[in-house]
Amino acid sequence: MAEQIHFELVSPERLLMDVEAAHVIVPGSEGEFGVLPGHAPFMSTLRPGMISVFEDESQPPKKLFLKGGFVEVNAKGIVVLAEDSIDLDTVDAAQLDQDIKNATEDLELAKDALALQRAEAKLAWMGPLRDIIRQA
Amino acid sequence: MASLKDLRNRIASVKSTQKITKAMKMVAASKLKRAQEAAESARPYAERMDKVMGALGQSVANLPGASPLLVGNGQNRTYLVVVATSERGLCGGFNTNIVRAAKRRIDALLAEGKDVKILCVGRKGRAQLQRFYGTRILDTVDMGGTRYVGFSDAARIAERVRVMFDEGVFDVAVLFYARFQSALTQIATEQQLIPVPLPDADQADGLLDAGGDAIYEYEPNEEAILDDLLPRNVSVQVYRALLENAASEQGARMTAMDAATRNAGDLIDRLTIQYNRTRQAVITKELIEIISGAEAL
Repeated sequence: MAEQIHFELVSPERLLMDVEAAHVIVPGSEGEFGVLPGHAPFMSTLRPGMISVFEDESQPPKKLFLKGGFVEVNAKGIVVLAEDSIDLDTVDAAQLDQDIKNATEDLELAKDALALQRAEAKLAWMGPLRDIIRQA
Repeated sequence: MASLKDLRNRIASVKSTQKITKAMKMVAASKLKRAQEAAESARPYAERMDKVMGALGQSVANLPGASPLLVGNGQNRTYLVVVATSERGLCGGFNTNIVRAAKRRIDALLAEGKDVKILCVGRKGRAQLQRFYGTRILDTVDMGGTRYVGFSDAARIAERVRVMFDEGVFDVAVLFYARFQSALTQIATEQQLIPVPLPDADQADGLLDAGGDAIYEYEPNEEAILDDLLPRNVSVQVYRALLENAASEQGARMTAMDAATRNAGDLIDRLTIQYNRTRQAVITKELIEIISGAEAL
């Protein structure tokens, strides 16, 4: 068996994934990067994007969309702290387009800082998610 | 002396009350279990967040230009007191305890000449605080529609607090909630939200305890990561407090309803004895009347 790295995906509400992986591709804020067993200690913030977990190199990876978060890699493994993750199969493209439109309108109509921040936060992850779905 | 019919009615009404309190106790018990599970499963994230914050915070806190969320905005004139209570009553001293702790702190702050603003989470706390600090209450976050606290609820509250901080509405934020210890004991607790308190230095280790001396590479850099984490940390603290509060509320309700059920039981016993005595007295009286009537013939 090939060398494996311990991978955890943690959301505030629960531990989402806790597996041994052969290879993980993480959407770092400065670009995607792959983590293999024996990676150097590393911390990075994440941008909204896809995380791919290869439990076995020969199998297709498990993919999840992350709205952003934080990753730490060290000798023991890799831990991703993500606020929210979305399974791509559950996304309705038409609904997403509508949500983006609504959020854009909210952004224009925002009366106070709170509403503005909420709309911005929504757009920050909805945009990349749409791009990914269009590519697929 | 109450008539037989009155007593019968009284017993029936206490019995139906007892049925209700008993049912509420059962419901609270099952909700408590769920709330505890939620608190349990939220722990890994919070623990890891603490560790990273500890590790990063120590190295960044002393640098000039550190985020105001971490080091404060240099003042402590205005305090924001966030009071997290429940939406429903009938949970013993739960809300009163939290409000009392908050009130003590608010009064102390006012005595020091600080300005205090209040944000209520949950209807019950507002009702109690309004009497004393009506004009100081900025707003109430209604949690009535949420059956189980989710992270998004906490994030919404935290976001609001952060925006107010950015706008300069307050300098320091503290949060009051009840820490869950057991179904019998909940401890009203104060927690500082902003500036973000750093975990103890001795916990400041890597996420997976990589042996302390691992040297990390940071991307983009330590400050940027911390700036990204700090707002999240506020949300996580609020979330943790809300979860504890939810568990505490159910625990308090369970205990209160258990006591109420037992009281109702005692009351029923007493009333039943009284009822039986009255019934016997009535029978005796009737017999005496019949006998003395017969003797008179």
